[in-house]
Amino acid sequence: MEYMEHIVLVFISIVLINNLVFTKFLGCCPYLGVSGRLDMAFGMGLAVTFVTTLAGTLTWLIDHLFLLGTALEVTRYVCFILVIAGAVQLVEMYLRKFFPTLYEAFGIFLPLITTNCVILGLCLFLNLWQVNDILMAVVLSFGAGIGFTMAICIMAGIRENLALADVPECLQGAPITLITAGLLTLAFMGFAGMIK
Amino acid sequence: MADKQLTVGSTFTAGIWSENPVLRLLLGMCPTLAVTTGVKAALTMGLSVIFVLICSNLVVSLMRNLLKPHLRIMMFTLTIATFVTIADLFLKAYLPDMSAKLGPYIPLIIVNCIIICRAESCASKNGPWISVIDGLAYGIGFTVVLCVLASIREILSTGKIFETVQVMPGGFVPWAGMAMPVGAFVTLGLMLGLVNLVTKKKA
Repeated sequence: MEYMEHIVLVFISIVLINNLVFTKFLGCCPYLGVSGRLDMAFGMGLAVTFVTTLAGTLTWLIDHLFLLGTALEVTRYVCFILVIAGAVQLVEMYLRKFFPTLYEAFGIFLPLITTNCVILGLCLFLNLWQVNDILMAVVLSFGAGIGFTMAICIMAGIRENLALADVPECLQGAPITLITAGLLTLAFMGFAGMIK
Repeated sequence: MADKQLTVGSTFTAGIWSENPVLRLLLGMCPTLAVTTGVKAALTMGLSVIFVLICSNLVVSLMRNLLKPHLRIMMFTLTIATFVTIADLFLKAYLPDMSAKLGPYIPLIIVNCIIICRAESCASKNGPWISVIDGLAYGIGFTVVLCVLASIREILSTGKIFETVQVMPGGFVPWAGMAMPVGAFVTLGLMLGLVNLVTKKKA
């Protein structure tokens, strides 16, 4: 029971308090670049969530079964990036076969997920935080994906409204998006200290 | 890019100003925002990126005729991952403090879009010499922006630069917000705004 409680707390913490976008700046490129439309952002978020969960779990297993403590540890980054690229390829093939409409909607974003820093960042953080059991690794990976989805959707919602706002000419586009993002991180700091 | 003659001078102006990776192309945002709490960290990050960029551009340019289109991105990332591992191990061995401070952001250079972007749009189309120059130019452009942003944030958040030299007068109250994520986002936003303003004036 206590273990379950711990797992739930970890999940809430990675989604709200240690959100990778707001506190670690991971996934900023799609966050600032793609998130112009809400439906697009949501789809992107779901695809990332799926790949993160898969890649996070797999890299944790590979790390703990084969690499840690052996001379092969130097090949970690190469292994990680291979796993991520493989996972993305898998999702791409699966979607093309079973959900062609969704596949069409994602278009170019799907292969680009490979270079999304949320995924590689999470795989690296799993090691840095010394996550020692597999269930925790799965929960953290899934939570990181959900956190990213939430961040990118909030941003897309704000930007849809921002299109109607009267922004000074030199701040239009990327600058005002960055400033909005800054204010959002400030808002999310309100969650800090909720869970130790 | 490919249709006009590339020279050393034009590559440098493109990398540092007219196509500056951070200010103009908005690439490589994660490290830009994350490591700019101090100038030292920013400089280390910038130099690592220059190293990886030059090496990966050189290798990609040398093997550009062997690449199959659908495996291209994969080969790019693997090349980059190899050089990032070298940089990471080097930092761990010679600058352990800095390596601990930068943490996962050094391995995250692998997925830094600047490097893939240069491999794709320059190194896979041009010879080794111009690719190396291109890597150096864009790397310097990235490092300069990183250092400027880091200086602003470090001076405002601690009153010092390079962690020791006092810049601000004695009565200065450190601005804690600048060391937090919000400081990074807002400062970079205002910097982009300023650059837009300057370019508008010129045009």
